[in-house]
Amino acid sequence: MAIGVKVMTRPGQEVSYLRAALRGMALTFGHLFRPAVTMQYPEEKSAADWTISPRWRGTHRMLTDEQGRAKCVACGLCPQICPANCINLVPGEDEQGNRYPLIYEIDEFRCVFCGYCQEVCPEEAIHVGVHYENAEYDRDRFVYDLERLCAQTHPVSTLWDPSDPKGE
Amino acid sequence: MTPDIKGFLLVSVLRILFVFTLVMVGVIIVIWVERRGSAFLQDRLGPNRVGPFGLLQNIADGLKNIMKEETWPAQADRLLFLLAPALSFVPSMLLFAVIPFAAPLPPFDFTLPLLGQFTYGGPIPMVVADLPVGFLFILAFSSLAVYGIVLAGWSSNSKYAFLGAMRASAQMISYEIALGMSLVVVLLLTGNVTLSSVIAVQQETTWFVFAATLAFMIFHVAAFAETNRLPFDLAEAEAELVTGFHTEYSSMKFSMFFIAEYAALITMSALLATFFFGGWDIPFTAWDEQVRQTWSLGAIMQFLLTHAAFFVKMAVFVWIYIWVRWTLPRFRFDQLMHLGWKVLLPTALVYIVTMATAVLVLDSLTVPHDWRYGMILFAVNIPLVIGFLFGLDRGRLLTGAQEPVQVER
Repeated sequence: MAIGVKVMTRPGQEVSYLRAALRGMALTFGHLFRPAVTMQYPEEKSAADWTISPRWRGTHRMLTDEQGRAKCVACGLCPQICPANCINLVPGEDEQGNRYPLIYEIDEFRCVFCGYCQEVCPEEAIHVGVHYENAEYDRDRFVYDLERLCAQTHPVSTLWDPSDPKGE
Repeated sequence: MTPDIKGFLLVSVLRILFVFTLVMVGVIIVIWVERRGSAFLQDRLGPNRVGPFGLLQNIADGLKNIMKEETWPAQADRLLFLLAPALSFVPSMLLFAVIPFAAPLPPFDFTLPLLGQFTYGGPIPMVVADLPVGFLFILAFSSLAVYGIVLAGWSSNSKYAFLGAMRASAQMISYEIALGMSLVVVLLLTGNVTLSSVIAVQQETTWFVFAATLAFMIFHVAAFAETNRLPFDLAEAEAELVTGFHTEYSSMKFSMFFIAEYAALITMSALLATFFFGGWDIPFTAWDEQVRQTWSLGAIMQFLLTHAAFFVKMAVFVWIYIWVRWTLPRFRFDQLMHLGWKVLLPTALVYIVTMATAVLVLDSLTVPHDWRYGMILFAVNIPLVIGFLFGLDRGRLLTGAQEPVQVER
């Protein structure tokens, strides 16, 4: 054929429907006695052969310092790089001239979970989290404010494989 | 009212209630078995949350479907659209009316304080209607099932539904013939058209699965097609036609089709058990066949055990239906027609002639009508079955995909 069409070699006249059908029946019957691979989700969240990836990018978490304050210095890099424009940051400054966020909000509905905010953050303050259970009763609850971001306890994403940082 | 009529009414109502409950509860259980069974066949667990082992899942789903919105397609024929689910549901229920489900119970004669005397002379047949034309009733009402599907597809005024209905009508009419023809052999062997006597003859000789093996095979395949189950579910064909004839149906009207499908499945399994596996007969014993005239523990045990035997046979066929459904892919339409018209129908016709000859020879030789009779017929059947399977296996009777036509470009 001139135009690279893949021609399937189909079984012709001699194929036996009967034997194939019986073989199929035997196969499915064999599967009847195999253990189910189902993971019963709300009770089990990870199995022996499956856990959620440490590189999972889920809803955000703001890390805090020893005094319990957000590590964020309101440098403005994360709203700058955010492709979804979902971070709302209003910087403030205290008497010593330290910058801190007056308002830090992330709209998790607009977020595309690219992880750029974590990657760009010079203070390692904002992180995407290894977390996927985000149900709420109200749409407004999906705009996470600073207090809520700091209160998250789930593990943070490693974003890349530490043993292979360049993805080789 | 005379005690006789009161007794008759009592027995009839009880039997109707019993069979109706049997089928409806059966449907719930079969749907559960289908969902769990298909899950196990695919290394899954299936619905296991509602009730023990997920047994109440179907009740929850039924409740959900009652709550759901009923949609009416704008261009639908209102009356037929509403009538179709009922029409597909009723025949499969009616078929069960002529199927005997246990050994007869002894007659009774008792008096209640306010209602007076109830009598029933002779053993009580455990069948809703012991019709003298039970066999013809079955053929008539199993053909009626196609009306529900065709009306559903036609009244929806939707292309998918219509295509599904077209396919269903062609398929069900084609296989109806093979189904009826295979049962002619059962008639030949029974010499009667009542299902009770079909069972009685099987107790006397052997189960007809031995005496009419090929008829069993043809009936089994045709029964798959009649119930629109995979590998013959071209009427539904969800990959091609959304869901075929019931595409436009929602809420409980859809559920009616769903229940109808499983009721038909149960009925067909019961028919297979009755025609070919001795109905409520317990093999290798004559104990279950004695006709009792007085109530005793034995009579009740006889009823329960024969009913259990019937139930087990039915359950085996239900499971085979489910097992096949989750194994085999759907036939193409030309393969379906090929199998129905060019394989099953001629085979059934040849088989009728062969078996008629065999029965004639056996009767003229005055072979005693017991297990030897059945075994001689089984010996006649073996070469026929081997020949049939050989033909199928060599691809002479049922072919796979044809060689594609090579087009020069």
